[in-house]
Amino acid sequence: MLTLILILFPFVASLFCLLLQDKQVRSFAFIAAVVQLGITLYVVSQFVPGGGMQFVADYSWIENLGISFKAGLDGISTLLVLLTSISMVLILLSSFSREIVTPRPFYCLILFMQAALVGVFTALDGFLFYVFWELALIPIYFICLLWGGNDRVRITLKFFIYTLTGSLFMLVALIYLYLQTPVPHSFDIQALYALQLQPMQQSFIFWALFLAFAIKIPIFPLHTWQPDTYTDAPTQGSMLLSGIMLKMGIFGLIRWLLPIVPLAVGEWGRIAMGLCVTGIIYASCMALVQQDFKRLIAYSSIAHVGLIAAGVFSLSVQGMQGAMLQMMSHGINVIGLFFVADIIFTRMNTRQLSELGGIANHAGAFSAFFMIILLGSVALPLTNGFVGEFLLLNGVYQFSAVAAALAGLTVILGAVYMLRSYQAVMLGSREITASVFTPLTATEMTTMLIIAVLIILFGVYPQPLLHLTEPDIRLILDKAMVR
Amino acid sequence: MNAILTVTGLGVLAMIAEILRFKKALPYLVIAGIAATIGFSMLDWNTFVRYYSDMLYMDNFAVAFSCLITVVSLLWFFVSGDYFKSDATRTDHYAIILFALVGGMIMVSYADLSMLFIGLEILSISFYVLAASNKTELRSNEAGFKYFIMGAFATGFLLFGITLVYGASGTFNLQKLAAYTTAQAGQLPGIYYAGILLILVGLTFKVSAVPFHFWAPDVYEGAPTLITALMATLVKTAAFAALYRLFSTCFTPVSDFWTGVIWIMAAASMLTGNILAVAQTSLKRLLAYSSIAHAGYMLLALVAINDLSAAAILLYAAAYSIASISSFAILEIVSTQTGDESIAAMKGFAKAHPLQAFILVITMLSLAGIPPLAGFFAKYYIFFAAIQAGYIGLVIIAVLSSLIGVYYYLRVIITIFQSPAGQKPAVTFLPGQTALLALTGLLTLLIGLAPGLLTSLLG
Repeated sequence: MLTLILILFPFVASLFCLLLQDKQVRSFAFIAAVVQLGITLYVVSQFVPGGGMQFVADYSWIENLGISFKAGLDGISTLLVLLTSISMVLILLSSFSREIVTPRPFYCLILFMQAALVGVFTALDGFLFYVFWELALIPIYFICLLWGGNDRVRITLKFFIYTLTGSLFMLVALIYLYLQTPVPHSFDIQALYALQLQPMQQSFIFWALFLAFAIKIPIFPLHTWQPDTYTDAPTQGSMLLSGIMLKMGIFGLIRWLLPIVPLAVGEWGRIAMGLCVTGIIYASCMALVQQDFKRLIAYSSIAHVGLIAAGVFSLSVQGMQGAMLQMMSHGINVIGLFFVADIIFTRMNTRQLSELGGIANHAGAFSAFFMIILLGSVALPLTNGFVGEFLLLNGVYQFSAVAAALAGLTVILGAVYMLRSYQAVMLGSREITASVFTPLTATEMTTMLIIAVLIILFGVYPQPLLHLTEPDIRLILDKAMVR
Repeated sequence: MNAILTVTGLGVLAMIAEILRFKKALPYLVIAGIAATIGFSMLDWNTFVRYYSDMLYMDNFAVAFSCLITVVSLLWFFVSGDYFKSDATRTDHYAIILFALVGGMIMVSYADLSMLFIGLEILSISFYVLAASNKTELRSNEAGFKYFIMGAFATGFLLFGITLVYGASGTFNLQKLAAYTTAQAGQLPGIYYAGILLILVGLTFKVSAVPFHFWAPDVYEGAPTLITALMATLVKTAAFAALYRLFSTCFTPVSDFWTGVIWIMAAASMLTGNILAVAQTSLKRLLAYSSIAHAGYMLLALVAINDLSAAAILLYAAAYSIASISSFAILEIVSTQTGDESIAAMKGFAKAHPLQAFILVITMLSLAGIPPLAGFFAKYYIFFAAIQAGYIGLVIIAVLSSLIGVYYYLRVIITIFQSPAGQKPAVTFLPGQTALLALTGLLTLLIGLAPGLLTSLLG
């Protein structure tokens, strides 16, 4: 029942948004997100780690096809739902000091997106998963299309078609899996887990599913939609995409790929790992030479999620645990970074590194917050990024020392490009007047403060999160390691 | 059976409405009559009665498809106010459309090849006239003429095919034909196979499948928009039902012979329709090409020909018809008031008419096959049937071509959110039209969320 509330509440709230006045809708959406966070925290407090699937809602939907509305929470889902709820509050809070044209559909779409995302993370039926997966694409498409930058039409079209390509192959794979289940066929995740497919079949399924997830994550060389889309999307759209949506892909790997086709993972996992590592280095190098700050964040995001995916494919407890933790950390950090970019852009009207500089002289608090987010993102010890990246590299090392050495470059390169951007934006002798860089507003300050607190909190004390997911990670790994 | 008689009666009534001076009451009469027809159709559910020495067979397949095309016609009559308004001879048009509906109903319930031919002819001849019904417009006349010449050829092929099959088997009756095919499988004469192919040509012409699609863009574009809507829905649904009825009952023992042919036609239709639609600037032509592509998807169910096919065709036809009615209706309302059928004419639509734009978005997304809308589930079901029958290659072609489809449907959506260049004539929607559009939007959502309502009928 709680799972159902988690899905339905934001959905109902999104419909309400359309009925309100333009002036009220922002506060309403924010309150709805806070309430959703409250529900999520209650669910987390009730959740028993290691207790298997909990709060399962199971309703028959299309009976004669073996499709049911079945959703529930295990540790992995709980963590991601928690990430979604926290991020939503931050994303909505970040919109308070901005003027949004036609706010009603905007907030409606954001809350609608939240419902779909929770659906993706909790679905326990292949068909339901697919429906939510696609449903999450619609709101973000319109958010980018209607509130995006100058080149939005071309870019959003590319984004949509790119992701839909992957999804449709996933649909074919899911139907194929469904037909392999014993009669009466079923999309239930347990039925899919129970399948014992031939290696050939597994390989086919592996690539079809991998394509869908790799595009969403994105894994090199399927990432080409991502920098454009992140750069041109409105700030809240970029936050949704990078903070939460790309976790759909990682989550898909863990929940819907590894346990279903273990043999193929054994066979093709190396290639996937190779792609991840290549992507890490490639994206880090690209980030080094970016001039547009938002684009730089986009590339750094590819590098980070590449490492997360590598951790998943390492098939070790440390790697997977690191992936879980890093999904949470990356979500918070990248939202912080995009917010920094937004704060700078609204004041300076440019995101080009070469045209910025000297901001630190006028904005002490802002530069401190920026520094904390930056340190979290380059994985300094005692920030949230550190624990995750340490575990991830540990996991990758168990898989292959060479891969770990190459993937480890991301830590160095990450520090280089992030510090370089900080230097270019905040320091330097460029003279700007205080009137250009106005002090942060109260909501901006609050948002930054919450992000900074979360970064340090999860960096110092990550144990609860690790505790939450560990039993379920082991379950998944047991299934994925069966040879 | 009462349903067919009711519609026929209505048609006759429409013809004498002018003489007996109840022209004004006719629209209400027709709508009430069609609503009653739906009721009569439903009464035939699970009765399985054979009529007129086995000429018509009211099985559940026939009832379901009769209901579908009648419902679609009913929806159509609600939007079609414009079409009848300015015309001095509107009662004739009512009669012709009602007769076309009768033809469609016969095509979905025939049990004898001669009835198939009669049904198809009633339908076709009505549409030749309707395509040319905007007599002052050159394009409309051209459309009617083109449709007539090409359609007459196709009908000739169909008739010749029926003749050859009759020559081989000595019967028109579907049951006997099926028994003959099963008994003689392996030693069927060449003319029998030739007959199958010619029948296929005749019927696939009506659904505008490649390579018999050349008429479709021109006729769709030239005919009055509302008639095009009816062609895309009523004709296509009836012809698909007719195809399925014949091929699933009689020709399954020789399915190896014709599935390959339909396989190629399906792949070619999906690719050709979708690829050519991308380049269109006229919304009407875009919808015409997209209708070719949708015929391709529906042919997939015919290639698969298993126990899912009937439900798959029903679901797809329903989803596609509903989406067509709303998209053509919006096109009609916008184009008559602005005099422009191009996609660019839709610029600024979202700002001026948020509700209608929302429905158009739902419609386009449904045509593109995005969950949880009706079009998605219909595609899903078709793919599902095809994968179950082992046609994974064809499904992959279908998947790739539907991606091309997404591209141009999204282009329409993008356009309606763009701001128009310069001043544009204002477009107004009557409350009734808006209500109908809202109804189609709701139906699209409803079928998407609860497709079991339809699939369980023929499951």
